[in-house]
Amino acid sequence: MTYTSPVPVTDGHFYEGSSLELIDLTMAYGDVEVLREVSLTVPPGTTTCVIGPSGSGKSTLLRGVNRLHEPKSGDVRLAGESVLTQKPDSVRRRIGLVFQHFNLFPDHTAEQNVALALRNVKGLSKAESLRIARERLAEVGLAERADHRPRDLSGGQQQRVAIARALAMEPEVMLFDEATSALDPELVKGVLNLMAGLAQRGMTMLVVTHEMGFARKVADQVVFMDEGRVLESGKPADLFDRPQSSRLQRFLSEVL
Amino acid sequence: MDWLDNIIKTFFDFEAMWQVFPQLLGVGLVNTLIISIWATVIGLVLGMIVAIMGISPSRWLRIPARIYTDIFRGLPAILTILLIGQGFARFSQDIFGPSPYPLGILALSLIASAYMGEIFRAGIQSVDRGQLEACRALGMSYGKAMRLVVVPQGVRRVLPALVNQFIAIVKDSSLVYFLGLLVSERELFRVGQDAAVLTGNLSPLVMAGLFYLVITVPLTHLVNYFDNRFRTGRRKAVPPKSGLDEVEEQNPTPTLTYGENS
Repeated sequence: MTYTSPVPVTDGHFYEGSSLELIDLTMAYGDVEVLREVSLTVPPGTTTCVIGPSGSGKSTLLRGVNRLHEPKSGDVRLAGESVLTQKPDSVRRRIGLVFQHFNLFPDHTAEQNVALALRNVKGLSKAESLRIARERLAEVGLAERADHRPRDLSGGQQQRVAIARALAMEPEVMLFDEATSALDPELVKGVLNLMAGLAQRGMTMLVVTHEMGFARKVADQVVFMDEGRVLESGKPADLFDRPQSSRLQRFLSEVL
Repeated sequence: MDWLDNIIKTFFDFEAMWQVFPQLLGVGLVNTLIISIWATVIGLVLGMIVAIMGISPSRWLRIPARIYTDIFRGLPAILTILLIGQGFARFSQDIFGPSPYPLGILALSLIASAYMGEIFRAGIQSVDRGQLEACRALGMSYGKAMRLVVVPQGVRRVLPALVNQFIAIVKDSSLVYFLGLLVSERELFRVGQDAAVLTGNLSPLVMAGLFYLVITVPLTHLVNYFDNRFRTGRRKAVPPKSGLDEVEEQNPTPTLTYGENS
């Protein structure tokens, strides 16, 4: 198990996460329903980890939340308001998404990666957006690498830049799509620590992960999905120590 | 060695070549470059529009782009040049005067834009989908995401192909002579051809050919050089660095308990 325990946080930036609710969310690719009537509630400032085997619809779920893929039916509510009745771009500004493969802009330096949306979405001045970018990079421990391009950074560093990039937009909710799955093993913990720090600082987080140690230690709620449905959800200790469904029992016996 | 003498006289008559040289340099080369550069610039702009339309989510933009590309890529260049050069001569006369030059450039631009559109489209589509998604996830509009992130990456990848297209335009610019150029408007081929007819000797055309090669060959090799550099990367070799060092670079320094858990 990679993740052991979160570092207590006493200083730094604190966040005011909003609540996130999924109500009977159904999503489809063409005629194939990959998510069926998923309901879950992430209270403000808490962390929910979504676990489950591949093909369970975890990533699709995240894409539905910020409408990178349009839901077929059901609703997503951010701070109590449906995101489906708002402009996708304005919803996405309030929801940070971190990808498995970082998706940094290769022709931009780390600080330009973070500053780009500040300048072009938030409309800040160039100087201001670069100042904020450097601040956010410093928070993820990359102050000295602000002028590096992604290819000159390790996977772990790239993912931290991606997290800084999402945080710079001051999101109310952060989504993580298997953020550590593409990393070398020794770099996983650094990124998980960073995520745990966000959780402790009041960010609302919905985390799709294969890191069971992280889910157990950091999550307030764990959701187990398979074949597009939520099969079990609850406190980490309940799910991991007393799994009810045979599917979850089997899943845990394979990954732990 | 009669045949060798014959060949030299026919193709490499130094005097005939030297006589036509000033005209090739002062008139032909200048006109060839003017036609080619204008056609390239207009072709780049039109090509980018066609490419953006071609990858648009809306079929009402995609289908016209497809038809446009199919037509101008599918027709022989000489046919397009004649149809446009002669078909629109009257309109052109009102705007540009009697010279067929602008229509020749336009026809070449249309042909070039069909090819360049395909080059741009391939380049833009080769950019990882995650780039667009990352932009959208940050709240950027589709247009801004394309303009600021996706298109620049795509274009950089196809620069060598675009230079190749410029070379093709330089060669095709010779076809404009079909529209009947004024003496001062003649490009390399026409200058060489006229001199060849006058002297009854092919050497001036060979000389014109040399001019084309002087433009195209160095460009081809320059492209190959840059293509190679793009492929192998400019990355400097750095001494190996342990991933473990990175664990310590984060702030605040975490105190971690290692070992098995759960």
